[in-house]
Order: sequence, then structure tokens, then C-alpha cells
Amino acid sequence: MKTEGRPTSPVAANGNLPQTVSGSKALDQATKLIFETGTPRRTGVDLPTPKGTKSRLGGHARKGEIGLPGLSEPETMRHYVRLSQKNYAIDLGVYPLGSCTMKHNPRLNEKIARMPGFADVHPLQPIQTAQGALEVLSVLSHWLMTLCNMPAVALTPKAGAHGELCGMMAIRARLDHDGASHKRRVLVPESAHGTNPATAVQCGFSVDEIPANAGGRVDMDALRAKLEGLGEDSDIAGIMLTNPNTCGLFENDIIEIADLIHAAGGYFYCDGANFNALVGRVRPGDLGVDAMHINLHKTFSTPHGGGGPGSGPTVLSEALKDHAPVPYVVAGKDGFDLVEHPTNSPGAKSFGRMCAFHGNMGMYTRALSYMMSHGSDGLKQATEDAVLNANYVQASLSDVMTTAFEGTCMHEALFDDRFLKGTGVETLDFAKAMIDEGYHPMTMYFPLVVHGAMLIEPTESESKGELDRFIQSMRSLATRAKAGDVESFKQAPVYAPMRRLDETRAARKPVLRWTPPSDVAEAAE
Amino acid sequence: MRYLPLNANDRAQMLDVIGVKSIDDLFNDVPKSARLKGLIDLPEHQSEQSVEQFFQRLSNKSTPAGSLPFFCGAGAYKHHIPATVDHLIQRSEFLTAYTPYQPEISQGTLQALFEFQTQVALLTGMEVANASMYDGSTACAEAVVMAHRVARGKKSKAILAPGLHPHYAAATQTLASTLNIKIDERDTRMGRDVNVIDLIDDDTSCVVVQSPNVFGEIIDLKPIAEKAHAHKALLIAVFTEPVALAAITPPGEQGADIVVGEGQGLGVGLAFGGPHVGLFACRQKLVRQMPGRVCGETVDANGDRGFVLTLSTREQHIRREKATSNICTNSGLCCLAFTIHMSLLGDAGIKQLAALNHEKACDLADVIDGIDGAFVENETFFNEFAVRLDRPAAQVVDAMVEKGVIAGVPLSRLAPDADENLLLVCATETSSDEDIAAFGTALKEVLS
Repeated sequence: MKTEGRPTSPVAANGNLPQTVSGSKALDQATKLIFETGTPRRTGVDLPTPKGTKSRLGGHARKGEIGLPGLSEPETMRHYVRLSQKNYAIDLGVYPLGSCTMKHNPRLNEKIARMPGFADVHPLQPIQTAQGALEVLSVLSHWLMTLCNMPAVALTPKAGAHGELCGMMAIRARLDHDGASHKRRVLVPESAHGTNPATAVQCGFSVDEIPANAGGRVDMDALRAKLEGLGEDSDIAGIMLTNPNTCGLFENDIIEIADLIHAAGGYFYCDGANFNALVGRVRPGDLGVDAMHINLHKTFSTPHGGGGPGSGPTVLSEALKDHAPVPYVVAGKDGFDLVEHPTNSPGAKSFGRMCAFHGNMGMYTRALSYMMSHGSDGLKQATEDAVLNANYVQASLSDVMTTAFEGTCMHEALFDDRFLKGTGVETLDFAKAMIDEGYHPMTMYFPLVVHGAMLIEPTESESKGELDRFIQSMRSLATRAKAGDVESFKQAPVYAPMRRLDETRAARKPVLRWTPPSDVAEAAE
Repeated sequence: MRYLPLNANDRAQMLDVIGVKSIDDLFNDVPKSARLKGLIDLPEHQSEQSVEQFFQRLSNKSTPAGSLPFFCGAGAYKHHIPATVDHLIQRSEFLTAYTPYQPEISQGTLQALFEFQTQVALLTGMEVANASMYDGSTACAEAVVMAHRVARGKKSKAILAPGLHPHYAAATQTLASTLNIKIDERDTRMGRDVNVIDLIDDDTSCVVVQSPNVFGEIIDLKPIAEKAHAHKALLIAVFTEPVALAAITPPGEQGADIVVGEGQGLGVGLAFGGPHVGLFACRQKLVRQMPGRVCGETVDANGDRGFVLTLSTREQHIRREKATSNICTNSGLCCLAFTIHMSLLGDAGIKQLAALNHEKACDLADVIDGIDGAFVENETFFNEFAVRLDRPAAQVVDAMVEKGVIAGVPLSRLAPDADENLLLVCATETSSDEDIAAFGTALKEVLS
């Protein structure tokens, strides 16, 4: 471009931003719903024209329009690329959601998951034609069992909460098998993920809450009071305990907890959401655990995809392994084979089936690729770096923010809102201000045992430089809050694609789908 | 290690800031007896190239569905997926985002979910849909639990109609068994002669009917819905092939109260059975009993339209032990694939796709009907049907593998006590005329 005689430096910006006619703001493109831009007659695929001479639908043919708008390929591409640009992502910046483990998602794993011998294999095609896929299940099982020092793993659970169901159903199956169907009480710490009590109830158990002590761990006096002297024939089915717990702390009495629960004839379910703090340094099997799910989408880097798919393989102890769900892979005479029906499991003790097929193969390949890339040395290093990063953040912020508990943490640092007391700024406002700083907020208001909780999990994927910038932003926000700059916090975010959204309104009068404007008008009448 | 940015110098500086001497000091809460010394007995780290080679070798040990004439259906379907779909779902902003808990910086995922929910509602003919379940089978199980909840404990029985995919029935029984929901084993057998209408009574909370069912037969849901409603029971309609809904009268127009099914057939690959995407739709009045996440419309502080996750008071993170389900992570990225594929298709495209599927299946049925020792059992079907053979179907399938054709799924693989001579076959738009001819030739040779 010829620049002579033209201004190449901008005039000073003025503060009043004009409204645009298009509703777009430069790179941030206004994007209507496909229902407002597409039409039912347009299509972005070219298919052969059916001859239309045969029908075996028997009078069940669908009549009339479905109402699905179509877009051409360029319109589709643009629509979803525009939408994508309204999302925050781990590939964009620090995503320190505590308990969610937003670590780097290696692209090698994506490439491997798409290899045709895994991606284009039908779950029911003849077993002799799916040997490569079955070998992945077998090798992955070996890695998971070895890392956990557990004798069995059920791969099929589709996500962490599904893994919880798997473990608790295995416990229930074992209790029923032993004629102990009066054992229906499950202990759950008050700091637990909401999925734990929900799972226990979904398995037909009742939930008995255990309080936390002042140090953020299980209150051992309360636990002993509940369990001591009950004996094996008690009504205790087990305990569901996260370790490290949701406060980011290792339950240092864990072995005594396991002993107490076993003495009461119960089983120890460990919520493995935070296994990424232990891999390569601590094996759950050495802690007395009977069942634990592993979130492949947290610990082993499979992408979260905006809310799944996940994968929740569940390791099982000697006491529970015969009750594992079907299907699972076994070594057969000519290669790998599958046990697909409970009647074919040892002693026919399998508790049944959790889902249609073999679980989430697409996650198995990604997770195994991650594990093999790291190896035993790299996995241990990743664990150590995750714990180191969390402690570095905690140590660097503890003078301006208030840490919930004394001492070092594991893979995540927990702060409470005492440092905001009297400022008028709340945890939510603080989180929204982080958005303007270019960060995804930490997990907020969880765990429930801490007031205004802010749970920060940087993971091992962050460099020291990135963490230093994050710390600088957090320190500056804390200082601003204390200096009385409430208004800017209440307004935040101002630089995001949208301002704060009205969640109350969404829940009060739910609009869960698009409706043609004429129908909306009719409904209003 | 290529995925770890910290170096030794960084680590030393950081330990210093923390005020500890070594990394071991950060693991002091671990009981001494459980502290590992040294490395776990697994291979050490490997280069990208070497990991890729390992998996390439394993991949080569499987036979991809796209590499030969292929006719398996029964819950997972081989369809062509436009290249646009896989490209878009690999955008970092979709792939590497978490559940949209912070709506101001998650509108991409949220708007796509709103579009997804609308598309699912339209396709099933229902009023509302949620933001997905793990797969069709778990959606089915959750629907039965939901119906039980709607009945407020006053009804004890769920009826699973014969013809419900045996894996769906099994997953449902697993979940229902712990909640004292009675499922009569007799009603789940693979017989085709049971009239489900006769089983519905006042103690029935729901009746679960798949259409097209596992045999491929299309079921008239209307009379079942009428009988169910007369007894204040819910009709749960199930499907395993979403493309079928573009061809047949949708369950929502036949009185279904809840519709659940598998969405894999649109935009999501086979992947040996997962990840797939469970679709879940229901009547508006039941929405507060629905499991799973749901996205709703609202406005921001400027009054601009936006979307948020809503009705979370049903969910585990708020309601804990009183939640409608324990589900949390679902099938987000597969929803997106479904939605993008649906957006490319539109009404015109999906109807054409469905018509092609039906035509290919009709062609396949004609070929089979001309072969001695094999006949098509169905009166009606969409893109899959049951073939009665004069010998065990598993033997025939194995023999046809030797001839380079993957013929279908023996019913006995799904249910060990089922008729071993029945073979379930499926044809889609990916089945070429040559593939169908190859099926005929191979089957004729094997049966002769």
C-alpha cells in the first residue's frame, strides 16, 4: 500500500464508542440463530437423487415440513466459526477451573483417535475384525490398573458421574451377593462434589453427611463417632471420599478412614476427579480404596469439548472386581475377546450393563496416547508440576487474598472471600472481572464448606511466565477491590462478547428452543 | 517432556517462593506407607513419532467399516460425515472449552446448544429437548427413572416392550434395579408376539417402545399412547437411528411423552461405540423433571439476547441428593457435530438422506429375498431389517468375513437367548450398488 501522504498513525481514541449498524464489533461478529438465517429448502450437501420407486414404510411416512433450516457449506462454516470466536478455551489462555483440570489437549491424540482402525470400527462388527480396537482397551486397562495398583478396571462408564454409578453399583452388587442388603447407608463428606450424594441416591442408598474439620479435611472425631463399635454387620455400605479432596488437600488420615469403613463392613469409594495430583506418586490401591473412577477428560487430557464427551473408567479392588459391568475385553484363544453378557462373567456376578457398547473408545485412544507420550517419568513430572504450580499461585497470592486453609495444597489452591469483606465486591464480581483481564474465572462458590470459595487449578500446562502474568492480574484485582472500586467490579465483564447475563430470568420463564415468530405472537395472546 | 513448560530453573525458583526445599515437601500429607519411591513400572516417555507408530500398527489390526461392503446397524450406523463437521468441531474454541459455566465467554457453545435443542425437538416432534445425554441407552434408562419420578412413587412398574434394543433394556434394568422400579423380565424377551398394550395397567409408570425397533420394524405408537394415557402412564418412545425420524411419523405426533434415542447417525462416527450422543426430548410440562443440562434464552445487561445453562435447580451441583440425575459432563462436542451436520442438511437434505437410506435398504431386501435359505422377516422397515437364515447367523457372518463382506449383527450377539438364526442387516447411503451385489453373491455362496 502506498502510505506517503496518508496518516499511518491513529488519532487519539475517544471514549464514546459508536453503535454499529450490523451489531458486529470488528472481529466479534453478530450471529443470528440458524433458524433466522437458514431456510428448509437450502442444503449444504449434495446427495444423489433417490429413485423413489420403493417404499416399505407401511403407511408410516412422515408428512409435512420438519422445520429444519439448511445452510450452504460456506454459510455453515462462517456461522460456526463466528460462534466459536465467542468462546474462551484452554488454547486461548489460562483456564484455572478448580476440580475441572483444564490442561493442554495434545493434537497428536486427535490424530490418533481419528485413525480408521479406531474411529471407523462398528461396536458390533465381528470380533476378529476389531482386534486393534480391543488391543487399545487391553493396553489402556494395563496402564490404569498399574498406575492405581488395582486388580481390575471397568472401562465403559461414559463420564465421571457414570463411573461413580459404576463403583457404587459394584459395591451394592457385592453387598447383595453377601446377603447384606440391609447395608444402605453411605457416608459423604460435606465438601464432596454434588455428584457423590446424587449418585448414592441413584443407587438406592441413603446419604449421611460427615462434617469437615477446621483444617478442611474429614472431621475424624465425627467419623469415629459414627463408625466405631458398629461392627461388620452395621448398616454402613461405604464412604464416598474425594482425595485430594475438593479443598485441594490430601486427606492425611485416609488409611485410618479406610480401616474404619472396612471394620464397619463397608467399602471405600474414592472420587478420582483429582487423581491428577497423585499419578505416579501415590497409588489409590495402597490407600485401601475399593473403587475409584478416573476422569480421562481431566487427568489424561482428553478435550472437554464444551461439556463432554468424558470417560470414567473405574478401577475395582479384589473384593469388587467380579461384579464389574459388561462388556469387557479378555485374552482369548485367537487374540482378544469380549465378555458381553453378565451370564458369561466369572460366577455370573457382573452387575450388568451401563451403556449400549464399549464406552468411549474415542477417549481411550486419546488418553492412552497421552500416557504413553509422558511415560512413567513424564506422568510423575506432570503431577509434580501441577502441584508446584498450584502452590506457587497460592504462595504468590496469600498476602492479598485469603487462603481458606493453612499450609501447602495439592493441585489446586482454595481461597475464601474474607479479603473482600466490607468491599461490596463478591466472589462473582471478582470472577467476572477476571474475564476482562483475559482469564477464565476459577471455580467459584465450590466447595460449599468455604464462604465465597475461589478454587484455582492452574495445571502443569502453564509456564512460569504465564502464571506470573496471571498472579499480577489477580493481585491487581484484589488491590482494586480493597481500594473501593466496587462499581467497575459490578459492571464486569465489559470486554467480553456479552455483558452479564440474566440467569434468573432464564430460569423463571424458560425458553429452551427457538419458535417461529408467529407462534411466539400467538402464545402471547 | 514436550507437554511440560517448566524447566529445572523455574522449578527451583518456584519452590523458593513457596518456601519449601523440595517437591517432596509438597507431598508431606501422604502417609509414609503410601509414598512411592522411584517410577511406576511402565514404559518411559516417547516421542510423538513413536507413539503415532504404535497406534498406527494397532489401527491396522482392525478392519474399518469404510474399507469393505459393510452392513452392521443395530444401534450404530455408518453414514457419510461432511468434512466441514470434523473441521469445525476441532476448532480450539469448541474443542478445548469447558462446560459453559461462564456464559459471557461461552456464547459459542451455548448458542450451538440452543440450536441443538431446537433441532432435536423438531426432529422428534416434541416441545423441548435437553443438551444431551451420554448415549441412547443411558437416555433410555434415565427416561424410565424420570417417569417413575413423575408418578411420585405411586406406581411401581415400567414396561419395556419387546423389540427394545437389548442393550438399552439392559442399561435400563441396571439403573432401575437399584431404585425398586419393577421391570418384568417376561416383557423384555426378544419375542415378537407380545402385545405390549395388554400389559399396561394402573401400576404402570411408563411403557418404553422403540420404533423402528431392534428388528427394524416400524411400530404404530398411537394406540399404545392412548392406552398408556388412559392409565396415567407415560409413553417413552425410543429410536436408535436419528435419520429414520426424517422418514417416519415422529413420536411426538403419536402421543409420546418422552422421546429418547441415539444421535450418532447424524454427524458422529462409529468409534467402536463411543462417544455417541444421547438425545432426550419431552413435553413442556415435564421439563422440570428432565435429567441433564439444558440451555435457555435470556438477555444480558445491555438487553441483548444471549444464552445460559438454566433450570439448574434440578441438577446435582445444586440439589445434591435430591437431583433428578447425577449426570454432569454429557456429550457436548458430539451435540455440536450433530448440529452442524443438521445445519448442512436442512429439511431438504435430511429428507433426501432418509429417502436414500430407505431405498438402499429396499434394494438389499430385494437381493436377499432372491436367495435360498434367507428371507426378510419384516413387514415394514426404514434402513435395517431382520433376516431369517437357515443356520446360525454368527456362522454366516464369520463365513462372509472370509469373503470380504461384513454382513450384519447376529441377534444372538445382543441377547444370548435370542433366535440364533436371525441376522440384523442395515444399508445406508454409504452402501453402493456394488456393495449390495457383493452381499448377495457372498451370502449365496455361504448358504449354498
